[in-house]
Amino acid sequence: MAFTAFSSSKPKVGIKPGKTGKVVIVLLAPGLAYLGAFFLTPLISLIMVSLQAPDPLGGFGEYVPALQFSNYFVVISEYFPHMMRSFGYALAATILALVISYPLAYFIGVKARPYPLLQKLMLTLVIAPFFISFLLRTLAWKQIFSNESWIVTTLQQIGFLDSDQYVVGTPFMVIFGLTYNFIPFMTLPLYTSLERLDTRYLEAGSDLYASPSKVFRKVTIPLSMPGIISGTLLTFIPIAGDYINASGDFLGSSSTAMLGNVIEANYLQINDYPAASALSVLLMGAILVLVAGYVKKSGTEDLL
Amino acid sequence: MKFSLGKYAFPLYAVLAFIYLLIPIGYTFAFSFNDSLKTNLIWRGFTFDKWTNVCDREGVCDAFGNSVLIGVISTIAATALGTMIAIALVRYRFKFRKSTNLLLFLPMATPEVVLGAGLASQFFSLGVEKGIGTIIIGHVVFCLSFVVVTVKARVASLDPVLEEAGKDLYANPRQVFWKITFPLLLPGIAAAALLSFALSFDDFIITNFNAGADMTFPRYVFTAAARGVPAEANVIGSAVFIAAILLVLVTQINGERKRRSLLKKH
Amino acid sequence: MAKEFIARGADLELKKIRKEFPGFTAIEELDLHVPAGEFFALLGPSGCGKTTTLRLVAGLETPTTGNIFIGGEDVTGTKPHERPVNTVFQSYALFPHMNVLENVAFGLRQRKIDDPLVKAKEALNLVQLAHLADRKPQQLSGGQQQRVALARALVNRPSLLLLDEPLGALDLKLRREMQIELKAIQIEVGLTFLHVTHDQEEAMDMADTVAVMNKGRIEQMGAPEALYDRPKTVFVSKFLGQSNLLVGEVESSSANSISIEIAGSKISVPKARAEKHTGKIAIGFRPEKATFSSEKPAANSATNVMGPGEIIDIRFTGVSNQYLIEVPELGNITVFAQNVGKSPVTELGEKVWISWSVEHSFGLADLPDTVEAV
Repeated sequence: MAFTAFSSSKPKVGIKPGKTGKVVIVLLAPGLAYLGAFFLTPLISLIMVSLQAPDPLGGFGEYVPALQFSNYFVVISEYFPHMMRSFGYALAATILALVISYPLAYFIGVKARPYPLLQKLMLTLVIAPFFISFLLRTLAWKQIFSNESWIVTTLQQIGFLDSDQYVVGTPFMVIFGLTYNFIPFMTLPLYTSLERLDTRYLEAGSDLYASPSKVFRKVTIPLSMPGIISGTLLTFIPIAGDYINASGDFLGSSSTAMLGNVIEANYLQINDYPAASALSVLLMGAILVLVAGYVKKSGTEDLL
Repeated sequence: MKFSLGKYAFPLYAVLAFIYLLIPIGYTFAFSFNDSLKTNLIWRGFTFDKWTNVCDREGVCDAFGNSVLIGVISTIAATALGTMIAIALVRYRFKFRKSTNLLLFLPMATPEVVLGAGLASQFFSLGVEKGIGTIIIGHVVFCLSFVVVTVKARVASLDPVLEEAGKDLYANPRQVFWKITFPLLLPGIAAAALLSFALSFDDFIITNFNAGADMTFPRYVFTAAARGVPAEANVIGSAVFIAAILLVLVTQINGERKRRSLLKKH
Repeated sequence: MAKEFIARGADLELKKIRKEFPGFTAIEELDLHVPAGEFFALLGPSGCGKTTTLRLVAGLETPTTGNIFIGGEDVTGTKPHERPVNTVFQSYALFPHMNVLENVAFGLRQRKIDDPLVKAKEALNLVQLAHLADRKPQQLSGGQQQRVALARALVNRPSLLLLDEPLGALDLKLRREMQIELKAIQIEVGLTFLHVTHDQEEAMDMADTVAVMNKGRIEQMGAPEALYDRPKTVFVSKFLGQSNLLVGEVESSSANSISIEIAGSKISVPKARAEKHTGKIAIGFRPEKATFSSEKPAANSATNVMGPGEIIDIRFTGVSNQYLIEVPELGNITVFAQNVGKSPVTELGEKVWISWSVEHSFGLADLPDTVEAV
């Protein structure tokens, strides 16, 4: 499964040593060349564009190659709140997704082991949201929590919300939507890791005087760590760059705009390519630093 | 401890979690039967019209057709390239293995906005006109890594002794690949292809940065979101959902039946 | 929590234990008493309920009915971590995310005992593995893992140590070595050991008392020598070593023996060694207790004689030869002969008479499955 992407499971099967030859080159060359042309070079052009300066002779949205590092200072000072919001929302949604997913993954992967068909059906239900358009399911939440919906009017009646307070457009709604949309990315790697969990270790733990909560902390959690790492990365990264949930047309408002929203606005609406590129480079850099640090700390160094 | 909390707490929790996961799907499905006008915000009555005349709404079916086309081409390209890389990575040792792994990991660690903006910048600086072609180029990039990961797992679980047995029984390398390796990898390749199609079909962010005037289904929904998405979009979304879930269920039940009949024989 | 741990073992008592799982009953009704400080073996084939019994004692399963007492205290309702019991698991279940020393210290840490690492090191010394304390379990051989699992259990000084086929994963030679070592450690620490195994040699070699389990019940219990010398049921006679069984109606009986008539021979068993004295009974004898000769031995009241039969198979096993002798109307009889002189003593196809001492016969309580109990 793709969702073991970040786990450290090593292939068990023997590798043919010393067979670096024509075959390897034939197998690798097309794919790697493709990634070189359409992944690496775009990243480089992104860096180059991020340093461009407005064309003194040209009109709106025209830029010339330059080394204008000040672009970075400008975007940082202008969009610092958005950066904080992006990482804050991503952190909150990742933690929520982990808390919601873990018991579910534990139930499917450990408790439901005697019933393989049930296990498979539940896994299908977990990935079911993938099968309906991301945008449609987000819009569905927007409608469910819309200002006229019975949920909101009830909340207003019981005094949980003031009569002029709504749910859509608030950070709560954005985090709710992000959590919902990325839960399968958390549940699946957790399941993969818990499904392999040998329950005899849990029995050994309780045999050695650890209470159920101690067994969970000292044995279950450490043994499912690959799934936790993989799941948190697979949710955190896309959430940090998402701009659907926080967009004003979906669950957010201008006060919830994340980094993705400002990149999109700068790039596609006001054609400020250098600013959008600088923000992208910063986002990518921050994520790489986070991933590297996280992976190093958790000791799962052989990725992929 | 005659009463165990876990006995009831876990199933109950699972049921609640599944309800939560399925609510927006149910909502979307229900509102595909709404006798709505332009927007689909308020329930106005039940009708099958939107299902029977789904293409009457301008642009919906074109966008859907584009999405399928893009999905199919991207999937074929990504699956072919990715399978080759996966085989090389598991079965051969070569000098730049680590950097290859890193290069494949990076697209998965790159937020879609960054990928989308990067590609758009490149197309812009090269003067390439954006359209369906550029969308496909973008989709293959992120599908590729997922294909490699999925197929790699399958290759790793394939016992090389089987291939050696093939060689021992007079098969040449080409025959070994097509008669032994490929059929055994097929379930993994099929899973990778399905995943890749799903990712491509539902992608919005990269598409939005690299599409010209061409619409895809997610783009259609996004553009319509500002003024209200018509019920026909719900019809398409629900139909795709039903098709996908049926496909998965049939495969699973078949697999389970096979497993059971194998167990019985033993 | 079980706070005080007794340095010496405690006794274990199971009263009217019954354990049902969905669809089958693992244990019918079990009463068992294991005295403190004893090495007790539960022996039986897979599926006989022995592992379930062990898991019930450990607290990993709850009995459907019945009670479990450890050191006189009813522990039936307590959780595994509250019982003064430790297990050496069949798979060892060494935590893969901790090194050897941390594995051994785990139980001590949970109970907040002082100097867990010092005590863990001592336990590793006991099993001669102190030099591997920093290794991860995956880096150890099977035998080493087994010792770590033993140290991890022993370091807690449990009242009762449970061994779940702990030697099952080892090869034969290592297994014999570990048997000796395990027995030595048990004598040294003086704990009560409850050992579950399907290996009859292992059970007889190590245990003070062996209980043979079959289909959720204890068939027979006693010292290994007594069990072997005088099995009481067909199952025990076949599971513990090999037996030849002869079935017939009791024809005559004297003051201290009864006899059956079979294929023209009179086979006797002392009354004291027979479970049933009337009706259809099965009389057994061990293959190594019998001898054969080409001439009919003189019959007397102390010897059973049978034959003639034909030698149809000879198997050479090193220390002995195993002969399969086909006796008309009676079936095949196995006889072992020590490999002391020329081998084989007799050729295939030869006609021989089989004889053994009446004192070595045993009368069983039940009949083999192949015979209808009329």
